[in-house]
Amino acid sequence: MDGNSAIGEAAIRAGCQCYFGYPITPQNELIEYMAVHLSRRKGCSFVQAESELSAISMVHGASLAGVRTMTSSSSPGISLMQEGISYLAACGLPAVIVNMSRGGPGLGSISAAQSDYFQSTRGGGHGDYRTIVLGPSSVQELADLTHRGFDLADKYQIPVIILGDGMLGQMKEPVEFKHEAPKELPVRSLALRGAKGRPSRFIKTLTSEPIELEEINWSLFRRYQLIKKGETTYDTFLLDDARLIVVAFGIAARIAKGAIKNARGEGLKVGMLRPTTLWPFPSEKIQELAQKTKNFLVFEMNMGQMIEDVQLALEGNGEVSFYGRPGGVIPTPSEVFRVISRLWYQKGLK
Amino acid sequence: MSTQGRIEIDQELCKGCLICIHFCPKGDISPSNKVNSSGYSPACFDNSGKCTGCAICAIVCPEVAIEVYRG
Amino acid sequence: MKKVYTRPRSLKRVPFHYCPGCGHSIIHRLIAEVIDEMNIQDKVIGIPPPGCAVFAYYYLDVDMAESAHGRGAAVATGLKRAYPEGLVFTYQGDGDLAAIGTAEIIHTANRGERITVIFVNNAVYGMTGGQMAPTTLLGQKTTTTPQGRDLKIEGYPLKISEMLALAKGAVYIERTAVNSPTNIRKTKKAIHKALQTQIDDLGFSLVEILAPCPINWKMTPLESWQWIEKEMMKEFPLGVIKDTTSKEDAD
Repeated sequence: MDGNSAIGEAAIRAGCQCYFGYPITPQNELIEYMAVHLSRRKGCSFVQAESELSAISMVHGASLAGVRTMTSSSSPGISLMQEGISYLAACGLPAVIVNMSRGGPGLGSISAAQSDYFQSTRGGGHGDYRTIVLGPSSVQELADLTHRGFDLADKYQIPVIILGDGMLGQMKEPVEFKHEAPKELPVRSLALRGAKGRPSRFIKTLTSEPIELEEINWSLFRRYQLIKKGETTYDTFLLDDARLIVVAFGIAARIAKGAIKNARGEGLKVGMLRPTTLWPFPSEKIQELAQKTKNFLVFEMNMGQMIEDVQLALEGNGEVSFYGRPGGVIPTPSEVFRVISRLWYQKGLK
Repeated sequence: MSTQGRIEIDQELCKGCLICIHFCPKGDISPSNKVNSSGYSPACFDNSGKCTGCAICAIVCPEVAIEVYRG
Repeated sequence: MKKVYTRPRSLKRVPFHYCPGCGHSIIHRLIAEVIDEMNIQDKVIGIPPPGCAVFAYYYLDVDMAESAHGRGAAVATGLKRAYPEGLVFTYQGDGDLAAIGTAEIIHTANRGERITVIFVNNAVYGMTGGQMAPTTLLGQKTTTTPQGRDLKIEGYPLKISEMLALAKGAVYIERTAVNSPTNIRKTKKAIHKALQTQIDDLGFSLVEILAPCPINWKMTPLESWQWIEKEMMKEFPLGVIKDTTSKEDAD
């Protein structure tokens, strides 16, 4: 099944009740999947909104009502959603936002790129906030991380971004769904469903006193500390004896894996760290790896975004090289292999 | 025989907008020179016996500052 | 003597922050009165706008939640779709609904979403200090039309309610005002009917209420109430703009 559809199926099995979206290449398979499969489920709602501005606000509304809800888009549409995501984060409203990113800036290209890393991991809208960002690398992971995204969103009352890309969305791979759709759709407590048998409540983000907003910000960041401690995940590939460590995520990591296998075939001791949570970023793991080798190569399909998180993690305790291709160009494993081996020999690694 | 009425204007809620005075059919409300703790000069019920409890003043009062009695 | 008029139960005992003579306080009270009379305090969920009325949640004793500017109708759509048993209303100003929120209100009406919209039209942007609104009258001076609204630069005032009436999903649209006892009573009836339209699952309902903004119009409260009669109603006549609620095929 294609990646976009796998996301849809996983969301339904996670108990997603409402999907609101807008067509944009390369994620149209997802909105179409939800139009067919979600709307035929009892109690569920599919709306093709008039724009992404509207879609994220519909997500806001459904989340207020306590149900599992999601939207999806690609880079330019995700830009439109930033204000809405800021509101979700400020209110502490769970939601899943899927970005099947494409080349940018501007209208860009419809091909896969990774140039929304900053936008996703630094709280792309206004204000001090973060969202959990999950970075799948296969159709199976799209399914698994979508399900995990709903669980994390509810657990921490936070929006969760699934940062995919156009290639992952459209490629077809076998996928196993580990959950059945729930018989009863989950409803959060503290939902806004009318003040029956309790005092009325309001959910707002505007404050009149700066000191009130300061406390809200601190409280959000205390939550983020908990998430960092408990939910940072990554995958490793041939790291035990690696003298050069590639750091890559998403589709770039798939390409890098092929390149690393080639490199190993030539006797080059290369390994890979693949973050699967882009926020929280596995900084501690990078610091740990820097005890064994100082040589890192960040490979991403952009002009250099995740590299900053690697550099921040190392705090100067490492040498970070970069290979990037922006604009939706898909590098090949042999191209990346050439970069790896050139770097290996330049550095005189053994 | 028309009904007798009486109103109570909350002197702290009233913002002295004078709308009730304009609409009162009996002219039984007047502005005052007092100043409440918000700095407004609240309207005052004259209680001259003309009030019928029609409640028009309360309907137009933006502050819900007026309670009306009738009987 | 017995008490014949007092504060409605669904209106909290909190002094309004609104300016003397402002229309919001009256409209909040009317909404509370209707909620009490229809006995729906435990079902209603309100979405106030960024705008002077953002603090509606301090006054109305019902579940409420902010929305981003202009997105009230979209938030209400999401909420009602997720929880159709709730009675969802938005409370939106002229900028929120007819400028930044134009796309949302048109499509929400077009889809016939079962929500109720209270549209407060005071021909100006209140909270931000009196700039031009889509509904500002020609010649009306605001802080961004210091010479008066000029047709060549700013175009005509926008008649959004008349435009929304073209959407089949919108089944009840009425324009009222809160500048006199009679009009206030009619506004209350309209709010009642709009909520009943939602309860009866007939379609989208909207009440546009011409409201005074004395401070930004630079008038006394009484002058502002009279200006609505003298000037606003010429451009925005009161009355039922659309009512297909009694049609059997109303959907």
